[in-house]
Amino acid sequence: MIRGADIVVKSLIEENAEFIFGYPGGAIMPVYDALYDYSDRIKHVLTRHEQGAIHAAQGYARVSGKVGVVLATSGPGATNLITGLADAQIDSTPLVCITGQVAAHLLGTDAFQETDVVGLSMPGTKWNIQVRRVEDIAPAIAKAFLIARSGRPGPVLVDITKNAQVEFGEYNYVPCLGVRSYRPYVKIDQSAVNAAAALIDAAEKPYVLFGQGVILAQAESELKAFLDKTGIPAASTLLGSGALSEEHPSYVGKLGMHGNYAPNLLTNQCDVLIAVGMRFDDRVTGDLKRYAKQAKVIHLELDPSEINKNVACTVAIQGDCKDSLALLTAAVKENSHESWMDRFRELEKEEKEAVVIHDLHATQGGLHMGEVIHIINKFKEDDAILVTDVGQHQMIAWRYFDYKTSRTQVTSGGLGTMGFALPAALGAQLHDYSKQVICVVGDGGIQMTIQELGTIMQTKAPVKVVLLNNNYLGMVRQWQQLFFDKRYSFTELENPDFIKIAEAYKIQARKVTEREDLEAAVAEMMLHQGPFFLEVVVEKEDNVFPMIATGCSVEEVRLS
Amino acid sequence: MNRYTILIYTENFIGILNRITIIFTRRGINIDALTASESRLEGIHKITMEVSVTEQQMVHLAGQIEKIVDVIKAYYFKDDEVVYQEIALYKVPTESLDPGLEKVIRQFNAHIIAAEKEFVVVEFTGHKQDTQALLEILKPFNLLEFSRSGRVAIAKPKFSVQEYLNNQTYNH
Repeated sequence: MIRGADIVVKSLIEENAEFIFGYPGGAIMPVYDALYDYSDRIKHVLTRHEQGAIHAAQGYARVSGKVGVVLATSGPGATNLITGLADAQIDSTPLVCITGQVAAHLLGTDAFQETDVVGLSMPGTKWNIQVRRVEDIAPAIAKAFLIARSGRPGPVLVDITKNAQVEFGEYNYVPCLGVRSYRPYVKIDQSAVNAAAALIDAAEKPYVLFGQGVILAQAESELKAFLDKTGIPAASTLLGSGALSEEHPSYVGKLGMHGNYAPNLLTNQCDVLIAVGMRFDDRVTGDLKRYAKQAKVIHLELDPSEINKNVACTVAIQGDCKDSLALLTAAVKENSHESWMDRFRELEKEEKEAVVIHDLHATQGGLHMGEVIHIINKFKEDDAILVTDVGQHQMIAWRYFDYKTSRTQVTSGGLGTMGFALPAALGAQLHDYSKQVICVVGDGGIQMTIQELGTIMQTKAPVKVVLLNNNYLGMVRQWQQLFFDKRYSFTELENPDFIKIAEAYKIQARKVTEREDLEAAVAEMMLHQGPFFLEVVVEKEDNVFPMIATGCSVEEVRLS
Repeated sequence: MNRYTILIYTENFIGILNRITIIFTRRGINIDALTASESRLEGIHKITMEVSVTEQQMVHLAGQIEKIVDVIKAYYFKDDEVVYQEIALYKVPTESLDPGLEKVIRQFNAHIIAAEKEFVVVEFTGHKQDTQALLEILKPFNLLEFSRSGRVAIAKPKFSVQEYLNNQTYNH
């Protein structure tokens, strides 16, 4: 017989959890007490806020493909997880969050630090449960891990009352192999594959859109094989970046509101659209009424509720895209689409002249965000991980970072959570100290979770933090400029001395304001052994283009 | 807009009803009626809901409901595809029995299921318009209380939750 708290920790070890990101408090103290004895088998990372803990776990999960584990106390500890849960839910990130809860006899009495965590977290979790008895702890954790990582991954929350943590019970860990009401995988329907192959073989201008589903299914090589055989141009969503090397001949760019010119524009000119592991988010489609209406749509998707949700498809291939891509590759004819591909290259040139030269090759005026990323590319390894926050810097960094390998892109896509990057970068770095982790943030977002510099200090995680500072909430300001008559309502920031803040956390820091200093500063950062904080003061009122304004069609993508 | 009856088979799991109803709340869709009880299969609950939505919305809602881990299956049917009933109870003063009420109860083939000194309880089942019609008639008889259930429904098309459960899970 062992304590419930020990069962919690032993169960996590049983599930091969390597890290726990957490923050102690009253209702979770027995588990923390148990952790004290297992510090050689499982590492706990003490963040400075529970939101930091969950974003760190997300960063860890996104780069490792493993389940991120979070530990928090009841009440405010648990409510501070809500943003991260919603973020992980919409971006399909596998997490198991364990929260302490007041003792079972106090439930519903407004006891100290009691909150209805199961109720609060329900819309932001794939599954959640409250455990009130010691014997239910191990089965709940086993089920939580299965649900978090299988099918379309997502966050799961297990709320454990304090009495269950201190009671003694039998421990016999049995991994959960299945839940009868939950069947995330289906056998691929070969007739759908054949129908799709017929459409693809007959297509003059087929076009592949790939998303994070490819990464989650570990189907990168299957995607590449499909493209190698068919020669079809392929564009990435925000979270799909990295699934295909940008050097691959089929790769034509990025989709979405601030994606590339050709991939957006030509969506409305293709004849067969092949969507792989993506969900036709509104930031990708623009106005749905004018989205790819000319095309037959083939959708390879695991989650049946995503099929026909936003875009009606001609052929749906439900199932894991690792399986469906392999079957589809076997079924299609070898092909090439050179003149169609040339259309992408022509428009790419237009974009280069209209946007890229301004963003990357300016010789006077303030520094552009793109220049910083451009120089980072020179010093980065192929498997360097880019973690971004939300806003202008996110779109610019995504546009210009050279993605060569999978799981190198960590950002808050669906939810758009400012404050995500700094803790997520920490989590990504902890997974592998030997990899370069570059955290690009804005001056707005970093101040939402800046306290996590403390966690970077304490863990000595060698994260390279690149603050692109324009002293504005830049993306909102851009919209105010373009759509609200330049009425810059509450978007200008009076900022602190970020260098002093970094140095206060014992992190080496450098500030760049001039173009001629940039490359040397980036070089210093990238070669530095430990964590580094680089602040680059950039042009105050620069805009991100191309852009598809809200309500516009993909073909109305503008270059200025 | 169509009226749909949704039949949802779930595990008997605390909070499952909440997980289902927030799908409707989030989309601003009203649930017109709801009934929940254990199904024929031990340990499996059946929730019957009535909603008025477009077909596209219905497909989307069913997808979201089935996505819930503890939901086994969700089926939806238009009114002509289900046999359904609602039960209504009417509490009327005993003194109202005479005159007239007896005739009404006979006409409707309703039942008096409880009689007390002060009141009787009349039970009547049917579709909403039927129970509503009786309600309108009973109002002048100093109706004291009225209670109506949501639908219970049996689908005409054949499906088997048991068969679904017996099928092997496809393992990746």
